[in-house]
Amino acid sequence: MFLTISLNGDAAEPATDLGYLLHKHPGKAQRFSTSYGTAHVFYPEADDARCTAALLLETDPAALVRRGKGKGRGGAPDAALAQYVNDRPYAASSLLAVALSTVFSSAMRGVCAARPGRAAAPLPLRIEVPALPARGGAALVRRLFEPLGWTVDAEPVPLDTEFPQWGDSRYVRLVLESETLTLAEALRHLYVLLPVLDDAKHYWVSADEVDKLLRAGEGWLPGHPEQRLITSRYLSRRWSLTRQAREALELVRLAEADDSEVEAIDNAVGEETDAEERPTPLAVLRREAIVAALRARGATRVLDLGCGQGQLIQELLKDVRFTEIVGVDVSVRALGIASRRLRLDRMGERQASRVQLTQGSLAYTDKRLKGYDAAVLSEVVEHLDLPRLPALEYAVFGHARPRTVVVTTPNAEYNVRWESLPAGHVRHADHRFEWTRAEFRDWAAEVAGRHDYEVEFAPVGPDDPEVGPPTQLALFTIRTEKEAKAA
Amino acid sequence: MTETRDGRVLPVTDLSLVVLVGASGSGKSTFARRHFKPTEVISSDFCRGLVSDDENDQGATRDAFDVLHYIAGKRLAAGRRTVVDATSVQQDSRRRLIELARQYDVLPIAIVLDVPEEVCAARNAARTDRADMPRRVIQRHIRELRRSLRNLEREGFRKVHVLRGAEEAESATVVTEKRFNDLTHLTGPFDIIGDIHGCSVELESLLGRLGYVEGAHPEGRTAVFVGDLVDRGPDSPGVLRRVMSMVEAGQALCVPGNHENKYGRYLKGRNVRHAHGLAETIAQMEGESDEFRARVRQFLDGLVSHYVLDGGKLVVCHAGLPEKYHGRTSGRVRSHALYGDTTGETDEFGLPVRYPWAEDYRGRAAVVYGHTPVPEASWLNNTICLDTGAVFGGKLTALRWPERELVDVPAERVWYEPTRPLRTEAPGGADGRPLDLADVRGRRAVETRHAGMVAVREENAAAALEVMSRFAIDPRLLPYLPPTMAPTATSEVDGYLEHPREAFAQYAADGVARVVCEEKHMGSRAVVLVCRDAAAATKRFGVEGPTGALYTRTGRPFFDDRKTTEEILDRLRTAVSDAGLWSELDTDWLLLDTELMPWSLKAAGLLRSQYAAVGAASAAVFPGALAALEAAASRGAEVTGLLDRQRERALDAAAFTAAYRRYCWTTDGLRGVRLAPFQILAAEGRSLAALPHDEQLALLDRLVEHDGSGLLATTRRLYVDTTDPESVAAGVDWWLEMTGRGGEGMVVKPLTALAHRPDGRLVQPGIKCRGREYLRIIYGPEYTRPDNLSRLRRRFLNHKRSLALREYALGLEALSRLADGEPLWRVHEAVFGVLALESEPVDPRL
Repeated sequence: MFLTISLNGDAAEPATDLGYLLHKHPGKAQRFSTSYGTAHVFYPEADDARCTAALLLETDPAALVRRGKGKGRGGAPDAALAQYVNDRPYAASSLLAVALSTVFSSAMRGVCAARPGRAAAPLPLRIEVPALPARGGAALVRRLFEPLGWTVDAEPVPLDTEFPQWGDSRYVRLVLESETLTLAEALRHLYVLLPVLDDAKHYWVSADEVDKLLRAGEGWLPGHPEQRLITSRYLSRRWSLTRQAREALELVRLAEADDSEVEAIDNAVGEETDAEERPTPLAVLRREAIVAALRARGATRVLDLGCGQGQLIQELLKDVRFTEIVGVDVSVRALGIASRRLRLDRMGERQASRVQLTQGSLAYTDKRLKGYDAAVLSEVVEHLDLPRLPALEYAVFGHARPRTVVVTTPNAEYNVRWESLPAGHVRHADHRFEWTRAEFRDWAAEVAGRHDYEVEFAPVGPDDPEVGPPTQLALFTIRTEKEAKAA
Repeated sequence: MTETRDGRVLPVTDLSLVVLVGASGSGKSTFARRHFKPTEVISSDFCRGLVSDDENDQGATRDAFDVLHYIAGKRLAAGRRTVVDATSVQQDSRRRLIELARQYDVLPIAIVLDVPEEVCAARNAARTDRADMPRRVIQRHIRELRRSLRNLEREGFRKVHVLRGAEEAESATVVTEKRFNDLTHLTGPFDIIGDIHGCSVELESLLGRLGYVEGAHPEGRTAVFVGDLVDRGPDSPGVLRRVMSMVEAGQALCVPGNHENKYGRYLKGRNVRHAHGLAETIAQMEGESDEFRARVRQFLDGLVSHYVLDGGKLVVCHAGLPEKYHGRTSGRVRSHALYGDTTGETDEFGLPVRYPWAEDYRGRAAVVYGHTPVPEASWLNNTICLDTGAVFGGKLTALRWPERELVDVPAERVWYEPTRPLRTEAPGGADGRPLDLADVRGRRAVETRHAGMVAVREENAAAALEVMSRFAIDPRLLPYLPPTMAPTATSEVDGYLEHPREAFAQYAADGVARVVCEEKHMGSRAVVLVCRDAAAATKRFGVEGPTGALYTRTGRPFFDDRKTTEEILDRLRTAVSDAGLWSELDTDWLLLDTELMPWSLKAAGLLRSQYAAVGAASAAVFPGALAALEAAASRGAEVTGLLDRQRERALDAAAFTAAYRRYCWTTDGLRGVRLAPFQILAAEGRSLAALPHDEQLALLDRLVEHDGSGLLATTRRLYVDTTDPESVAAGVDWWLEMTGRGGEGMVVKPLTALAHRPDGRLVQPGIKCRGREYLRIIYGPEYTRPDNLSRLRRRFLNHKRSLALREYALGLEALSRLADGEPLWRVHEAVFGVLALESEPVDPRL
């Protein structure tokens, strides 16, 4: 919670003018109340050649916990909202940015009656932030500050010197130097970019303060080459703010019980929830292939097993021949998002009656899934540990027994064609495996044999002569005539 | 029907649908009030009022009856006798009620109040709300009633009581009769004997092995025959003679099988096909006397299709019975009990394909049945089929209840060639059939032996479902999850948030004198299931390949690769073998509660993102901040207070870093990995959760001693008497010394492991006392500052304690169910409950 701002000068333009520009006397130590604790301003050095102002925020842990208080019984704070062991008292986080704007509000606006000329002029400035949380590391720090006219020295801080194998922490020691910026500009850069770099999940500012942050970007943000990133990190932070207030915290607690990070468990919904805005062509091709297969089989009552955020359901809804569409997912969060994006609550009754979203699990048999024309397992099997696959196989092919089953899964051979994918890596962090074409066919053939289905295969996406298509699709058809009739 | 001077006595079955039939004003409501509980009676007038605010609004009749039928249905489904108070003079209205009774398999009983028109009219006239009821309505009612009278039995009422005249109706009394199948008051012990099919030699030898002498058991046990006494075998008359004499002497119970049912029909002169061995029985019975045949006919006629025994814990019938039919009385129930459920298909041998009802069975009562020959009797979802094909050359099997032991004798020879080969019809278990979602989904209440019903809320079950489905290991290898543990009551000792004195005091208050203090290993909780070899794992847990499992407190595999897991299991297995525990505990597998170290092995992600991160940030910021403050101070700025505070903060942060570093060290493969077992939870056939901790630790010490690999770590311990101040002081010193050296702390446990308070409630199985330095990791680097401590002392422990006890009860339950060999879903239900409760909101620092 500490940074220093230094100004170099000489007898003609003494560095101690910094005191006028910041509206804080260099001979005094002053304290200010902010919503997160007490901010102190003092000057470790102040002469004509060099003047340094230090801002130190003493956070009030009680205030942090109070703001994070959750649903725990007896007024106890809840796991997700209050982190007792956190870096807020030490790191130059978004809270420090809020303190900066409180303490130096006039300076940020460039107001200085005593030295109006110097306030409007570029100055030889040096800013030092010893512990700057920087998601994206030193490289991003440079990408954010250098285009604004700063000379950047960003040095990563190791996590623990006793355990060098743990590597670097997310903090950098940052030194900024420039002679082309005004003090007001410098302060506004910090005010906006500290929280952007911090990108904390636990960010307890209210939505209107976020808007204030955006206003501070006026004049320099629009031309910034990383404008998109800066803006989107704001948006995602606002989103996570609402998410914390709204979403169930049960998974957070289970992660905590297991000494795991929340992200290790609550990861059924990908980070980039704006996927619909930039649809990857492969996902579109996959949905087209699935819908075509369902149409060809004359299916009208369809299960989307592992429906995720409901993209396929949205596609199926467009065709009235699908009279009953049941989306099943084990993630309550995914179902919530699916329901929102399908706008189920605002859909007409007749339309809405075609769709049903329900939590279910393919690790268990489920009577509710019996008697459907078709089931789709699109990009699902690879999210299960291999030893758990027989359970899914029985639940779908042995127990639910729809007439048609469509399974899609990545073709691992194709991965060499993804330029961005390092060799030997899977496409998604939660993929427990990815199959080659032969492996998929072997599995599908065995499943079909065991459960009396026939299976055929189709490529999805460009069928590379060497490595095959990016996605492979298996179409299972039940063999038993009697069961087909019964279904 | 009994007549006494005091009036008619009307027997009414305890579970039935009683339909009062009578004109308006005939006194039905008064009759119902007098003879039944108010909640047993549903009146159509009341339902009219419910839907229309007017009990006499005839326009609301249709809706009122919908409500009436709905309520009656709910009551009957729940097994509660229901009395319908409506005129029910029309056949059509009675028909719907009979359908309702059939739907819920209860007896429909009619009680008719045949009261003269004048009486009805006079009564109505006395009621303000009915005073203007036209006389013709009553006349019509009585006309319809008279027309109905002789048809009531044909309509389907199984008992019809007609009370003629106001006086008879006034003086009648109702007595409640038990159902024939309700023998819940009999507690046995029982020996339930499978399908005999005329194999009298095998029967005699089995009775001998069970300890019966001339059909009587010296210890007063009762034999229960599941039916199919006759047909196919060599001596059906001999079997009948033995069974009938035992039943008549009160030494045995018998339910009918489809074979004697058919033979009984033959004896009554019905036309039946002489197939499936009936011809043999008929021929053998030719040699018997007419008198014997008459006795047999009477005996078969009196058989009740199924029995509910032993307080409802045991149901015996011939062909198996779903829970909803237990204790019910209808033709459908009888036919189910006799023939079982079929899918309607026939197999390649032309025999009907049986519906695998036992797979769906979720009832609390054990169902013991026969009918379908299987090679071995084995439990499936709390059901067991005892037909082991004696007549086909298999064996004759009996089940001892409540011991649940199987006793069998082999067949002397193949007496009859089977149409199809014997095969096990019970799927599941071995072939990886998953559990059913209905076992775990939604709001649930899990019954436990030690804490009654433990409720699981829907949102917690939903979270557990996600984690269980996406991350947990195979449920067959996951028979237990450890409960959370409450910390000691908050200490007022200066500088301490937790201190052992309160823990000792709490146990003393709970009436627990002898406790053990066990060193807390700061690692990660790990449950280990280790089997003697892969074959043992297959045999007991039905998995192919792994020899056990090593999982976290949410059921996730500890290591991503199976190889590392197997390596650890192998080392542990060697120690178990060398310590001689397999034979000593008479088991092929052990389930252990352990701590796996170092903490950094599993918590690496958390360390990086949280603990070490805090250390890194503080180490980066303080040197510069302190130097700046010192420089400002030397320039004369008034920063002394701030500088002092920042220096303290820097020290606290350094202490924090030192605290977490103690639980981190570098490992290479398994080098540096330690496993500290602190409880053996279960072995084959027994839960060891109640084994006193000194005995536990003695067993575990031997494991550590015999571990040549350096994997296993000892748990240090100290025994304390909570009533002895010196002993308590020694316990405190022990803790101070251990935590002073950087130890995490200790857990205080009742020496007996499982302990109850004088009022019978469970005592906490352990109370943790965490060290002062260790708690920095939990409450933050600066928690020891006086203002922070005084704020933190206001913590609330009750919910955590309650949660710990509920999870403990579920954990114990899982172990008991595992020990009893209960089906997987029953064990999983309790395990799933623990995981669900772990997602309840509670202060995570406790």
